[in-house]
Formats: sequence, structure tokens, C-alpha cells
Amino acid sequence: MSAITRDEVAHLARLSRLALTDDELDHYATQLDQIIESVAKVSEVAADDVPPSSHALPLTNVFRADEVRQSLTPDQALSGAPAVEDDRFRVPRILGEEA
Amino acid sequence: MSLIRKTAAELGSLIAAGEVSAVEVAEAHLDRMAEVEPKVKAFLHVDRETTIEQARAVDARLRAGERLGPLAGVPIAHKDIFTTRDMPTTAASKILEGWRPPYDATVTARLREAGLVILGKTNLDEFAMGSSTENSAYQVTHNPWDLSRVPGGSSGGSSAAVAAYEAPLSTGTDTGGSIRQPASVTGIVGMKPTYGGSSRYGLIAFASSLDTPGPFARNVLDAALLHEAFSGYDPMDSTSVDAPVPSVVEAARNPDVSGMRIGVVKEFAGEGFQPGVLARYQEAVHLLESLGAKVVEVSCPSFTTALPAYYLIAPSECSSNLARFDAMRYGLRVGDDGTRSAEEVMALTRAAGFGPEVKRRIMLGTYALSSGYYDAYYGQAQKVRTVISREFEAAYQQVDVLVSPTTPTTAFPIGERADDPMAMYLADLCTIPSNLSGNAAMSVPCGLADEDGLPVGLQIMAPVLGDDRCYRVGAAVEQALESHWGGGLLSRAPEL
Repeated sequence: MSAITRDEVAHLARLSRLALTDDELDHYATQLDQIIESVAKVSEVAADDVPPSSHALPLTNVFRADEVRQSLTPDQALSGAPAVEDDRFRVPRILGEEA
Repeated sequence: MSLIRKTAAELGSLIAAGEVSAVEVAEAHLDRMAEVEPKVKAFLHVDRETTIEQARAVDARLRAGERLGPLAGVPIAHKDIFTTRDMPTTAASKILEGWRPPYDATVTARLREAGLVILGKTNLDEFAMGSSTENSAYQVTHNPWDLSRVPGGSSGGSSAAVAAYEAPLSTGTDTGGSIRQPASVTGIVGMKPTYGGSSRYGLIAFASSLDTPGPFARNVLDAALLHEAFSGYDPMDSTSVDAPVPSVVEAARNPDVSGMRIGVVKEFAGEGFQPGVLARYQEAVHLLESLGAKVVEVSCPSFTTALPAYYLIAPSECSSNLARFDAMRYGLRVGDDGTRSAEEVMALTRAAGFGPEVKRRIMLGTYALSSGYYDAYYGQAQKVRTVISREFEAAYQQVDVLVSPTTPTTAFPIGERADDPMAMYLADLCTIPSNLSGNAAMSVPCGLADEDGLPVGLQIMAPVLGDDRCYRVGAAVEQALESHWGGGLLSRAPEL
């Protein structure tokens, strides 16, 4: 039985904001199925009493004083933008989208 | 001896003594690049003028009496995943084609402070995802030992540039082996520092809990000098380790392993390993024993599940990190014709801008993190990560360092694994555990495999902040082998 169906891949592509073609969906369905089957080996190892690690080293929150410091100028921040208007990023419409 | 054959340490001394200028050294390397780049294709971006300008500035700083480090004026090839103010930064992706970052990465800034001269930006697998540099959206880099083979990856442009004498030093990043594996298959030294030992600020993120910048060089001392030049605490990186940089240069100058306890990882040998790789590896272990080290076998049974755990953890983090490429603030934007919504533009841009391996990993990570599968995949992989760290800790109770082959095989032919992700992933079998645990690890050349005459690397793994141990053992192996060979391994590489 396959671990992942073509419909699931289409759903993942939508969640990932990737407009894939039908051919790509077929291709990735086969490959992701193989990869997922192979990585499923992780379930054979760790027992329930093992705590998960998100990082290799213990992490603590890092704080700094809340002081104004030099940062990018508006021109620098906008220097790589695909479209700019009035010192702002110009973006396609974001309202009125279907869910 | 021509300038391009000299070590970085030698070049630094010559420049400091005023016997040669930084400009002359840069020109020698730019000339070499012009000669061999058509065959090797290590660089994505070269700008002769910007490089000469940097060299001129270093010469002026030295003339003015400024005290710079031991690498002042030495040229370096810089992986195109670190931001650079004066050069494009693409991560070898079409989604960042032509992007000029408004700031320098911390690693870049520290190279400049130390007076290193950046020769250009090197090729990589797109966003550092791969083991062959074939996933670059721009070009395929060739292994200087055999141009029909891969230079490893993801930092394959950086490894090829150093092996081809285009640069004495280069930078890389290691998320699952992306420094050690390319170093191994091109016959040079590559070091993954302790996680957090070198800054991720300005390093385009792939998997943030694993990404670690590190050095490439043709010898252990040069690698140590570069390691020291750009490592250390950085307040701009929230996972930076606030501790002194381990004394790696001192260790590289003291290649004494007598009395050291060296653990041979039992699980990394046998099936799936090329016989010529195992032969050179076993010789290196015997060599260490003959130099006075105490060698014991150590079993780390969970290391064999590091690979599947990694291919859940790294894609999960990548799916989240690469969400920033949204076609809004920088990079490519496709399909913005006034009728499409932001979401449609985003999906079209990402489909056009990302290559196949990046798309594969984004979707794999999205799957592993999605509700219903999270516990079975990402959650389980995080538990494996704990188990692997515990096995390392137990091993380091018994030994000072662990050793294994760096890679199961020598450099494979270009195209051989390009359409077989699982075969490609196996190249990182031995390197991944040290990423999951955050340990320091190095690859140092240990000879040529009999069956194909290609380089083999010895991996030396040390505990967190035990980076100096890798350099001590690496330098001992290098010194003994070079006296046996009558020169460095690269002196046996074919002329380009």
C-alpha cells in the first residue's frame, strides 16, 4: 500500500504554495512515497519514554536591551523588492481571496 | 613554487613580510581561475575588479601598520549562501537570481575584518540541499580529480575550488555533511565546527537547528587558521554559543595523539561501503595506533537511524524556513499581472523559482509536520535525535574522539544519482549523526581508493566544543601520511 496518494501530494503542494503541474504531481507522488516508506524506520527506534530534542544543545531565550540601534534604511530594505511604491513593498491584492 | 601552490599560512607570512602583495596573490589566483574554470565550474560569481579592490585595501591597511590576523591578504572562495554586500547572493536558486543583499553575513564580515580577499561566490546544491552540487539551478561543478565525477555537496563549488588550486581556502556550510563529504571526495580538509560555534547570521537558512558554517583548506593548519578567523560568539545569532573558540590552531600545530583514546564506530563499515574506502580507513586507524593512540571499537546502534531521522527533521525545518520566499519583499515574482491574488502569485513564483529537490523537501517537511502525521514522523525523529545524542555521550565517556570513513564511497559519476533521491541521501550516512548531536567533526584525506584512484576521507568526531581534538588527530594523520607519501594527497591529482 502506498504511504501517500496523488491527492495528498496535491494538498501538500497547496499548503506549500507550489503551483505544480499534473506531471509534477505524479512524479512527486512516486518519489515521496518511496522516501516516506524509507524514513518510517524512525518509528522502530525510540520508545515512548524518550524525550524529543528540537535542538542539539540546550537553548535559552536570548534577550537584549530594548534600545534603538542602527538598522537598514528604507532604501536598503526595499533594494531587492520586486515592486515598490511610496517607500513600501507593493504586493498583489491580498483581500477578497477565497478560502 | 608558484603562488597558487602555497599554503594559506605561507601566503599570509609572505604578505605580512612584504615579500609579495595581496594584489599579486589575488591576481595569481584570478589567473588560475580564468584558466581552469571552464573545466571545473566552481564559481557562480567572479568579479575581478571587486576582488583586486579588496586586495588593494588590505595592502593599504598593512602599509598603514594595521595589525591584521595571519590570513591578511589571503584569497578565499566564499559559498554563495552567505550574504555579501558587494556581490550577488543566490543560494544557487532561481528564486534569488541577481539578488544583492543589503548586509554582510557575520562570517563574511569577519573574513573582511581579518583581511581575507574574497575571490567570488561558489556553486552549491540549491539552498544547500544535496550531496553532489548537481541541484544547482545554474551549473554543474566538476571534481578536479576526475571531471566526469561530482565534487560532493552541497558545498561542492567550495571543495572543487580549493582542490583545483583556484583558492587556498573556502567557506562551506554543513547541515548533514555538506562540508565533510565534499572535502572527502576532493581530497581536502573540511571541518564542521560545534553547532553554534560559528554564526548563522546572514547564512541563508536551510535547517536552522543543524546549519553550521565551517572551513575548507588543503591542510589542517590552514583550516584551523580560517576556523579561528570567522568563528566565535555572535549576538546576532540566537543559537550562538557564548564560549571561547576552542584552541584549534594550537592543536593543529601539536599533532600528538599519544595516549589519546580513539573509538572506531562499529556500525560504519561493511555492507554498502566501497572496499577501497574501507582499506584506506583501516590503514588510517592502524596509523593512529602506531602513533601511540589507544584504539577501541565502540558500538552506536542508533547511528543507522540517523539518516531517516535527518530526512524528516531537515525537510521539516526547510519547509518552514523557505516560507520566507513569498515573492513580496525580495527575489523573483512571477505572474503579477494585476488579476492574480497574492497567494496565486506566491504559488506561481515558488513553482518557477525552486528546483525539484527543494520542492521535494518542502513537501516532505510539510507532510511530516502536518496534523495526524506529526507524532509518527517529526516527533519520532526528534526522539531518535535524543537517542543519538545519548549514544555519543556514552561513547565519549570511553574515548576522546570517534572515527569512521567520511563517506561510504568515493566521488560518484555526474548524473548517476541525480534521479534517485534515496541513493543520493546515502552519501551522508556517516556525517549526519554529528549534525543531529551538534558535535564537532572533520574530514581529513587518508589516501586513494585502489579501484578508482579517487580520494578517501577519514572522519574524526569530537564532543561539543572539542573541535581542537579533531584538529590534533587530523594533523597527526596528515603529518604521518604526508611523510609516507612524500607530499600532500593533492600532489597526486592529475593536471587540469
